[in-house]
Amino acid sequence: MTELGHFALVVAFAVAFLQVTVPLVGIRRSWPQWMRAADTLAVMQCVLVMVAYAALTTAFVRSDFSVALVASHSHTAKPLLYKVTGVWGNHEGSMLLWILVLTVFGAAIAVTGRSLPSDLRAAVLAVQSAVSAAFVAYLLWASNPFWRLALPPLNGGDLNPLLQDPGLAFHPPLLYLGFVGLSVAYSFAVAGLIIGRVEVAWARWLRPWVLASWLCLTLGIAGGSWWAYYELGWGGWWFWDPVENVSLIPWLATTALLHSVIVVEKRESLKGWTVLLAILAFSFSLLGTFLVRSGIVTSVHSFASDPARGVFILSILTLFAGGGLTLFALRARTLVPRDAFAWISRESAIVANNVLLVVAALVVLIGTFWPLVAELFFLTKLSVGPPYFDRAFTPFVVAIALLLPFGATISWRRGTPRRTARQLRAPLVLALALATLVWSLQSGTGMLAPTGLALAGWLVTSALLEMVQKVRLGRVPLAVSLSWLSRLPRREWGKAAAHAGLGLSILGISAITAWQTEDVRVVQPGDSFEIGAYTIGFHGVSDVTGPNYISTRGNFSLASGDRSIAVLHPEKRHYIAADSQTTEAAIDGTLARHVYVVLGDRQENGKWVVRVYVKPLASWIWFGALLMAFGAFLSLTDRRNRSPLLPGKPGRPVPDVA
Amino acid sequence: MFGTRKRRRVQIFAASAALLLVSAALVGFALREGVSYFRSPAQIIAELPAPTEVFRVGGLVESGSIQRHGEGRIGFEITDGSALIEVTYKGVLPDLFAEGQGVIALGTFDGTQFRATEILAKHDENYMPREVVEALKEQGVYRNPE
Repeated sequence: MTELGHFALVVAFAVAFLQVTVPLVGIRRSWPQWMRAADTLAVMQCVLVMVAYAALTTAFVRSDFSVALVASHSHTAKPLLYKVTGVWGNHEGSMLLWILVLTVFGAAIAVTGRSLPSDLRAAVLAVQSAVSAAFVAYLLWASNPFWRLALPPLNGGDLNPLLQDPGLAFHPPLLYLGFVGLSVAYSFAVAGLIIGRVEVAWARWLRPWVLASWLCLTLGIAGGSWWAYYELGWGGWWFWDPVENVSLIPWLATTALLHSVIVVEKRESLKGWTVLLAILAFSFSLLGTFLVRSGIVTSVHSFASDPARGVFILSILTLFAGGGLTLFALRARTLVPRDAFAWISRESAIVANNVLLVVAALVVLIGTFWPLVAELFFLTKLSVGPPYFDRAFTPFVVAIALLLPFGATISWRRGTPRRTARQLRAPLVLALALATLVWSLQSGTGMLAPTGLALAGWLVTSALLEMVQKVRLGRVPLAVSLSWLSRLPRREWGKAAAHAGLGLSILGISAITAWQTEDVRVVQPGDSFEIGAYTIGFHGVSDVTGPNYISTRGNFSLASGDRSIAVLHPEKRHYIAADSQTTEAAIDGTLARHVYVVLGDRQENGKWVVRVYVKPLASWIWFGALLMAFGAFLSLTDRRNRSPLLPGKPGRPVPDVA
Repeated sequence: MFGTRKRRRVQIFAASAALLLVSAALVGFALREGVSYFRSPAQIIAELPAPTEVFRVGGLVESGSIQRHGEGRIGFEITDGSALIEVTYKGVLPDLFAEGQGVIALGTFDGTQFRATEILAKHDENYMPREVVEALKEQGVYRNPE
């Protein structure tokens, strides 16, 4: 079975090579059969990679320790779920998953893209296959998952216990779906340059892919942050660690792309810029892979890394980023915009959004790679910490949040400032009132909370108000408004949801940053102590045995005044096979706050170190992210995306107030 | 009121360039605050850093050096094979902190003791921070874990 998988992967490489060359020759010579061959090859390649992936999964599920990868990353006592997810819990398997997603997307374009112009489809599939050929080569020659061991061990080395968690089990595949989805955007961009056409149909096809990638990236990043929050036990939700940053950078670029592709679709402007963004977004995601896999920047997340692999991925990055950008430089001239737009217009607002997002991405990029630059050029070893990112990144978030409602309300082509001002008066007043209220309540310490809460109020109310105004609530009979509301296109709902989601995340982030309280102390069983309005009681520890770990479990009670709220069980787990410790924080969460308890080390006299945080409004960070992702989902299921090449049905009864 | 495309393009470039300048200033300013240097114990002894400077020290946790002082305070020594630095820390230690393991601490050095505000953890028991590996190699005491 394992050898079959290995063989399938080798054949897949050959097929991928054919899929690059045959359609390109077809386009060059205008041979329709050669162009169409790409469809069949894409499906074949996908099936072959599926066979390889199934073979590896089988080896993991059956605990076949003669396969080196299984021997070093699995264990017979591991629950079945983690045997399956363990396939991508290691470097080689995760790269195979990456390739699987690439080829599935390629096959999806081949199967669903019948209505695309045949030369565009052939070019897209050729570029997509060039990407997968490069990664299959990388897998076969630099990190082969199918190597056998001459002397199989009796049992395996187990999956890193931190990864044995439902949150982290699904975090990498989501991020991969997002990163690899960007390869489709890249393929479309390069294909557009090859055939020299970027038009409405191109944008209509690209937009769902960008939306879907953004959806997955948002969920993946939010999930990773949530996992770090409750699993690492450090009490933080974002550390500005290089590995986190390299997922944020493509996210920011994709957010920009998501907006600019709408301009191409609706107004046929910003074509060159959109193509460039698509190339950049995918290059950023390759850069992230390179950074993670080469271990070139020290990160708390560092995986066992290998410089040779780094060099290989760096070559792939150079090839695709460099190739894409060169082609862009040569061919961007052919992309002529159809429409001009005024200074004050939706187009301008989206340009502003794009520039701010891309510069914000560059700020994160500089901070992430500065240690490398410093070491290469100034021969000093340093690291760039959260103070840099807090200072340099926050202004961009504030600027984007300030501008967003203007951009979302103003009309295309030429806006009317006065009408926009009138529409946004209520949210503005509310935001200012909120800022004043918060500022006076916390007696003037720091501007962070008032600013953050005002921005959150500004974003959420303006998104709500936009919907209200679209259906003329209060100006026409309620029944009419409601029926208009139900007939509003889903992408309008999606837009409002995503923008409000950003507001909610900002709410959570600023509240937690400004108002969090923390207490570290040493307690013995029977002690109780106060933090804020809460009383924490410590009732000793007990030993608990899990499937492949033994755990020391703390028993804590949480009360407010006389009212008992919850019993909390933070744990320290010791995974036997891997011989390592993990900390499981215990969290009592409500919409208003989290109480977060971590059990520390045992002291000599039977006492324990305990760390407790009260984190106001913490949940909203992730609710906001979920709402953003849900917005993308709504937009993705808009009827226009379900039949992408049909023009939008005219004559909807919904008046376009914006 | 509608500018030609060319004029619009120039305007957008001008606005973007202005923004880039502002952000370059922002980056420069923030980098001065946000950077912390890495020193090995030998480097600290060779050239004492200012007592206010926040930096990182890395090496191995010296065997037998971990002392618990109660109230969650802990003392240990970091070594790179040639020099020893005494470290004090109060708080919850990362899971993979142990004697003989690689460690990085962030804090200040007053000439005798390193007061750590943060002890960096790692995800993978085979992994050792790159700076630590190099510091150990310089002193000729690095052993490949495999």
